Amino acid sequence: MPDQHHVPFRGKGFTPKPMGIVGPLVFVAIIAFWEFGSRSGFISALVLPAPSEALEAFIQLVNSGMLWKHLSASLYRLLIGWTCGTVLGVVVGVMIGLSSLARETLSPIVSAIFPIPKIALLPLFIIWFGIGEGSKIATILFGTFFPTVIATYGGVDNVDRSLIRMGQSFGLSWSSIVRKIILPGALPAILSGFRISTSIAIVLLVAAEMIGAEYGVGAYILLAGSLMETGQLIAGVAILSAIGLTMSWLIGKAEKHFLDWRT
Amino acid sequence: MDLHLNNISHFYEDLEVLEDISLDIPSGQIVCIIGPSGCGKSTLLRIIGGLERPDSGEILQVGAPPEGCLNPLTYIFQDFALLPWRSVEGNISLALEDHGIGKSDRNEIISDVLARTKLSEFRKAFPRQLSGGMKQRVAIARALSVNPAVMLMDEPLSALDGQTRELLMDDLIDLWTREKFTACYVTHNLAEAVAFGHRIVVMSRRPGKIREIVDIDMPLSERRGNPAKLEALQKQLWNLMREEAIAADKELTHA
Repeated sequence: MPDQHHVPFRGKGFTPKPMGIVGPLVFVAIIAFWEFGSRSGFISALVLPAPSEALEAFIQLVNSGMLWKHLSASLYRLLIGWTCGTVLGVVVGVMIGLSSLARETLSPIVSAIFPIPKIALLPLFIIWFGIGEGSKIATILFGTFFPTVIATYGGVDNVDRSLIRMGQSFGLSWSSIVRKIILPGALPAILSGFRISTSIAIVLLVAAEMIGAEYGVGAYILLAGSLMETGQLIAGVAILSAIGLTMSWLIGKAEKHFLDWRT
Repeated sequence: MDLHLNNISHFYEDLEVLEDISLDIPSGQIVCIIGPSGCGKSTLLRIIGGLERPDSGEILQVGAPPEGCLNPLTYIFQDFALLPWRSVEGNISLALEDHGIGKSDRNEIISDVLARTKLSEFRKAFPRQLSGGMKQRVAIARALSVNPAVMLMDEPLSALDGQTRELLMDDLIDLWTREKFTACYVTHNLAEAVAFGHRIVVMSRRPGKIREIVDIDMPLSERRGNPAKLEALQKQLWNLMREEAIAADKELTHA
């Protein structure tokens, strides 16, 4: 009888699997380790405050009523700047996607301005729009506009041409083709552009608030830093992280709602 | 409504793809265009439906389209061309929305064409949930909904597997037998051509020219029961195409 043995299994790995509580667990473990390190003294309180200290600072912030003041100032700037930037970005992106004239005239400008860190333009915006809300909103607007334009016209370019031809073959009007075929087809790319533009918006928000603002999470962090109040500083950073997570959660919701046809 | 093609020629840059094509598509008949790949048959179909402009020649609509016709020249595409973000119902509705038809009338038309294509229970389904054959049925339902004068079918069964293809071909024959429609059916599959065509136009390789037109008198409904005759016809057509197909296979693509 010839020698026989099992065929060895070689198809292991390379397929990510969801593992439930591992993520939160790691988070809790790091915080616990950090707290322990601070209390036992091998993490110097001067370098990094204990998480409990940051929490204390946060509670103080809430109790003093300043949290809402800072948060509302920041959210107001974010909301106005990001909304205007993305709306304009989507409009210009669709124009570039649809019209050869717009593409030839606008896309070189977009390509030239897109890589400039918008923070570098902040002094100029302060001269133009004043030190108040105008320059901050303009920075965020500018920063979110360009990535949105690029994501949108990339999305329009990628809409399946055969669907557009189908629309034409059924005699649909130009506006129907744009509304019912091109925009929904570009929506996945537009929404993933939103993910990028929200994180850019937060970066620019903090930068703008650090240059000249009385209220705002960025101003709070800057003040805490200059007073060496590291507990407050960490609390401020945690607030920024929460803002970012909330925004990406909202975009996730939007994706689920508008793109449920994909899966 | 008949379609007359008069001396159609077409170039892609310097490359001549169609040369002096003249052809009639008479009302109530199915004209199959077959030819080796790259003979310009899909280009010709795009020209017939006005999606592409020929460099010379003309296409004439003779007579009025049927009453209630919303889109006289209506395509059925090889890749189905369904909007993935619309349900079956929504995809059919798309073709009707631009014609100022009220919602209830639209629903009535949709119900009617879904019943004719045996899709009624899939009304709310999305394309991703459907098999290839079902998707093409939806595309056929969408085409029927606008009550076309001529259906322009661009290899409608080529993206499907063999069994689905047989089933769908039976359905097409059924549809035609119940209510005669006019169609121009482009394919490279000889079996489909002899099963479905009243008139078969054999095209030659680039530049695409009409090589021969074969009329088949046998009624569509009798063809399934007469495989020997179809086999013979298929063989006859293959003999016409064989040399061309071999040469086409060896050609470098210019696309």
